Amino acid sequence: MVISVPEKNDISLVLCGEAGQGIQTVEQILVRAFKMTGFNVSASKEYMSRVRGGQNSTQIRVSSRRVAAFLDRTDILVALSPGAIKHLQNRISSATIIIGDEKDVGKDHIGLPFRKMAREIGGPIFANIIAASTVCQMLDVDLETFHHCLTSMFARKGEEILEKDIKAGNQGYQLGESLKKIKIEKNPSLSSELLLNGSEAVALGCIAGGCRFISSYPMTPSTPVQAFLAEHASKVELVFEQAEDEIAALNMALGASYAGARSMVATSGSGFALMGEAVGLAGMTETPVVIYIGMRPGPAVGLPTRTAQEDLDLSLYSGPGEFTRAIFAPSKLEDAYYLSQQAFDLAEKYQIPVFILSDQYLADLYYNFPEENLRDMKIKNYLAKTKKNYLRYQFTPSGISPRGIPGYGNGLVVADSDEHDEAGHLTEDLEIRTKMVEKRYHKLKELKNEVMAPELYGSDHYQLLVLGWGSTYHPLKEALEELDNEEISLLHFQQVYPLHPDTRMLLEKAEKNVIFENNIKSQFANLIKLETGQEVDKKVLKYNGIPFSVEEVISNIKGELK
Amino acid sequence: MKEDVYDMLGADVAWCPGCGNFGILTAIKKALSDLDIKPEELVLVSGIGQAGKLPHYLKSNVFNGLHGRSLPPATGIKAANPQLTVIDVSGDGCMYGEGGNHFMHTIRRNVDLTNLVHNNMVYGLTKGQASPTSQIDFHTPLQVEGVFEEPFNPLTVAISLGAGFVARAFSGDIEKTREIIKNAIQHKGYALVDIFQPCVTFNRINTYQWFQKHTYYLEKEHNPQDKVEAFKRASETENYPLGIFYQNKDKKTFDENLKVYEGDGRPLYQREVNQEALKKLINSKRGL
Repeated sequence: MVISVPEKNDISLVLCGEAGQGIQTVEQILVRAFKMTGFNVSASKEYMSRVRGGQNSTQIRVSSRRVAAFLDRTDILVALSPGAIKHLQNRISSATIIIGDEKDVGKDHIGLPFRKMAREIGGPIFANIIAASTVCQMLDVDLETFHHCLTSMFARKGEEILEKDIKAGNQGYQLGESLKKIKIEKNPSLSSELLLNGSEAVALGCIAGGCRFISSYPMTPSTPVQAFLAEHASKVELVFEQAEDEIAALNMALGASYAGARSMVATSGSGFALMGEAVGLAGMTETPVVIYIGMRPGPAVGLPTRTAQEDLDLSLYSGPGEFTRAIFAPSKLEDAYYLSQQAFDLAEKYQIPVFILSDQYLADLYYNFPEENLRDMKIKNYLAKTKKNYLRYQFTPSGISPRGIPGYGNGLVVADSDEHDEAGHLTEDLEIRTKMVEKRYHKLKELKNEVMAPELYGSDHYQLLVLGWGSTYHPLKEALEELDNEEISLLHFQQVYPLHPDTRMLLEKAEKNVIFENNIKSQFANLIKLETGQEVDKKVLKYNGIPFSVEEVISNIKGELK
Repeated sequence: MKEDVYDMLGADVAWCPGCGNFGILTAIKKALSDLDIKPEELVLVSGIGQAGKLPHYLKSNVFNGLHGRSLPPATGIKAANPQLTVIDVSGDGCMYGEGGNHFMHTIRRNVDLTNLVHNNMVYGLTKGQASPTSQIDFHTPLQVEGVFEEPFNPLTVAISLGAGFVARAFSGDIEKTREIIKNAIQHKGYALVDIFQPCVTFNRINTYQWFQKHTYYLEKEHNPQDKVEAFKRASETENYPLGIFYQNKDKKTFDENLKVYEGDGRPLYQREVNQEALKKLINSKRGL
């Protein structure tokens, strides 16, 4: 059989099967095996909100280059269920190699006896291991490497199961021998690089940022951040508490923060909507807190397991009244680690709520990168030891009062959700009221001096400026690489509020600009307009729950060039 | 410690003259003074309502949060620093209405705090609407045909959820209330004291005289270890028993269940990032 393969040393492999078939396990094994072999690897998934059945798929890119974007193109489809080909019909072409069970894929494709062999080994669940191993053989992954990955995944399940998995691996590998090999350049130094997903990168950053307390209510796609911190809580000395609801979660975090623990919550759209009241409490009591939101399509329950950038407005405007806040939207895993530390730092320094907006796509996105790319931030201690007659809300030129906590010093710390005087006691003195509003809001002035600059990718002398924020980075950047046009540059934001002061100038320089967002209102373009007066010329908006693909971005940009 | 260390001189007290809250404030100060608790080691947490203002009238650390939401921050405070004494002061609307869910789950967590609930069977701050504990047929501008909902019984709810300390007091009896609050503060774990307290402005039914007439103290023979008996006595609504209904001293508290405090009692703010553990975690993410 002749197999056509793109010449770029870059394969898009898609695994598709039903929920409950273990696609995620296979994804884990494959990404590890590919990276150990010396390939760059990235994986992103789309899945249904159900525990069994349906069609879930994972795209794994295996490449000699560092690529991490979602592609429409599918070079190899491993169809693990009868419905897989139909599910992915828009992402396969005549060039796609389709491998599946002989009973599912028909004569035009590569039908192999996965299920029959699996039954002989001990059950249909082994079919995906056989298929994974077949693919490894095709991509020239050592059987030994594959065994190693199987062992690290299944050793805890006991010898008997591991033995069967190894057997399945061996048989799959043999099946692969009859298929043509696909060559991708190997770089052995990659094998020791880090391999994380977006949830882990954020959670590790929170630990590095000194997080001591997290209370949350489980909600996709924020649950993995909660689970990571819960799993490692005792080792890194933090408290994880599952709250009875999101209302309790944020109020609890504020209590812990009031008592001096760096605190956070993790949630998603509707869960965050319940926290709105307490966002105001954070603003009023000037209590630091980090709010991680894994965005998904709304309103209400929406599409629970899909991706979106729909909650920028909600984060920006949540909570009654007026006060200062900051919003980050990490775009790269390496930076998510740093930004999470920065979120804790800014929250503590300015005594404000700081948001980290991620989404399903980024939360589930895996790729490898060198450890040096993880930047650490030195932790500064902003707590003040109190003296007698301590004033929690003392007026200062910057609006930031020395922050005491109960039990540290001789003073008393009074925090109040009512309007209050400098001591923290409730007041209806309207002169004090005016000064307190200004105190809380004017912290923004200083905060604006340390906004993270957007990344300009491409030449300084651009005609067309492509704009994006958060998780759209990889597809946008790869599209620009592909287009290789000096007149097009990308301006990508990882801090979306407040905006960097150069934003206006950078937009003005372009003859035309185009923004890509996963929402219908162009929420970030509206914010840019509001803050800079600059209208974004063209808005490419996608809100079906699927991230932008590289091809989609290219075709939209080409449309702008005509 | 003398009672007057807790006095807030010059505080502009917003309660009506004769309000039942004054008795509670006095009883708390006396109990704290008996137990020698320093204002710096004490945090009063409250929500919104007339009861929620009490922390502003007692010298201590204060977290006066949102309506119905006093228990979650109180839980967070205790989790971050178990060395602090935490007293949650709330009213019947705040705790049993808006905050009902937190009430249930804080009992389940067994957070080591004292939950004082001023229960006057009416909403005072919003000027006289029904509360979850208002009695049947209580008429208000919003309950124009009279209350028909079953009054909420905090004591039976708390006992059935396994609360470690459940008591009821009456603010007209400062001395007995002081003793009950003292016991509640000393109890290791969650302690509920529902405190009857007349609203002299908006509740013309449940007055001082009415509470005097319709309450009595549990007999000396009452055994607070007997959960079934406690539930039975807490179910009485003809006349309302006062005192300690139920106590179980053997329950593990919330902070005792937190692994971070095993062999290290330092509050969380005193801890630094464990770089070694962090590096180890990062290292484990090589997919090897």
